[in-house]
Amino acid sequence: MLKKLLPFVEHALKAPVWDCRMCGQCVLHSTGMTCPMTCPKTLRNGPCGGVRENGNCEVIPEMQCIWVKAYDRTISLPLPKVWKEHYNELRPPVDMQLQGTSSWINLVTKRDQQVPDGWSVQGSEH
Amino acid sequence: MSVLREKLENTNDVVFTAEFPSVDGGGMVSVERNAARLAPWFDAVNATDNPAAHAHTSNTTTAIAMKMFGLEPIMQIVCRDKNRLAIQSDMMGASLHGITNLSLLTGDDVTAGDEPEARRVFDIDSAQAINIARIMGEGKYLSGRSITPAPDFYLGAVENAAAPPFDYRIQRALKKYRAGARFLQLQICYHPDRLEAFCKGVAEVAPDLKLIPTVVLVKGAKGLGFMNDKVPGIDVPASTMARVQSASDPSVEVNKLTLELARHALTLPGVRGLHITDFRHDGSLDLFMNDLGLTPKS
Ligand code: SF4
Repeated sequence: MLKKLLPFVEHALKAPVWDCRMCGQCVLHSTGMTCPMTCPKTLRNGPCGGVRENGNCEVIPEMQCIWVKAYDRTISLPLPKVWKEHYNELRPPVDMQLQGTSSWINLVTKRDQQVPDGWSVQGSEH
Repeated sequence: MSVLREKLENTNDVVFTAEFPSVDGGGMVSVERNAARLAPWFDAVNATDNPAAHAHTSNTTTAIAMKMFGLEPIMQIVCRDKNRLAIQSDMMGASLHGITNLSLLTGDDVTAGDEPEARRVFDIDSAQAINIARIMGEGKYLSGRSITPAPDFYLGAVENAAAPPFDYRIQRALKKYRAGARFLQLQICYHPDRLEAFCKGVAEVAPDLKLIPTVVLVKGAKGLGFMNDKVPGIDVPASTMARVQSASDPSVEVNKLTLELARHALTLPGVRGLHITDFRHDGSLDLFMNDLGLTPKS
């Protein structure tokens, strides 16, 4: 029941403020409370090379690039230090299976931290 | 064997890379002709992947054809047109044909091309693609499934040193380095100050990352205007535009400007080479290389 209800509650709360796309693996805390899924290229690891001179998006010229916004906010907002440190982390590919599920449940169950087995392979040089 | 890797990792030589012209018909003869034109000047040449969101002959087959004619490819893979499965199979296809140098890019949006109605994929981003290529080099697909023996890749990426947010570009270069990139081709930059700040910053945080800034050979003021108006993320300062426009011979002035940019770039920390994009195709490449003090390889 909760599993069915929570996605609605989460969306109702997050959509108006963050334009939440219900990817089910929320990273808002590490991206200056800016949702990377609103980037037209859904980039999770920072801005593409197409950002305009005025800081707006390559694809939607009237919108500020979400990564410019995220960077400004990470610097200026009084966010916890560890959140700021998370900003430069390499975030894994989106798990499409989680689309439409509640990131709150996935956070509690740690489902949102599951990555494909290969993702964490460390190299000889690293 | 990758000459690019050998030179960048084991020598202090300056390397030169270029863009292979997109193949749209013309057959192997056209590939052979272009390979012959570029081979005397360049260590490795990019086999592009639907550049500027226009469909062309595929990245892998272009890279294979280049190799057949003795030109070392840097095979680009962009994240716009393929999901993670297709990107991994591109990488394995490259490896099957002995292609070692890969460059992983986000890619211009579909709206930059001539089929803006296409679906954009962006299943993974460029930093993730680099990490996946590195993992494959360790003998695993993203899923964890084994690849034996592991493919041998030399990984690169692209960064725009002159696009906002400027400070963050250095962090992003570092992220790509940590993911596995060993060289970084930089997009054309008409702001020498920004390029300088970027290279200095990267040299501090990732001294082993080899930087290869780009210069573009354009015909005159119109070509420069095109770069400013049509190429995503590229800004030409008004003063630079004015300098070329008001010159008695804009085509000579733009060459002077390009040469200045190239010479300046080569003095910057971390810079190990130049990437040259030729939009003129009129023999000015040879002149430009001569002006830089280079002679063709025999
Ligand atoms: S400019 Fe910014 S918001 Fe627009 S596609 Fe690139 S990274 Fe995403």
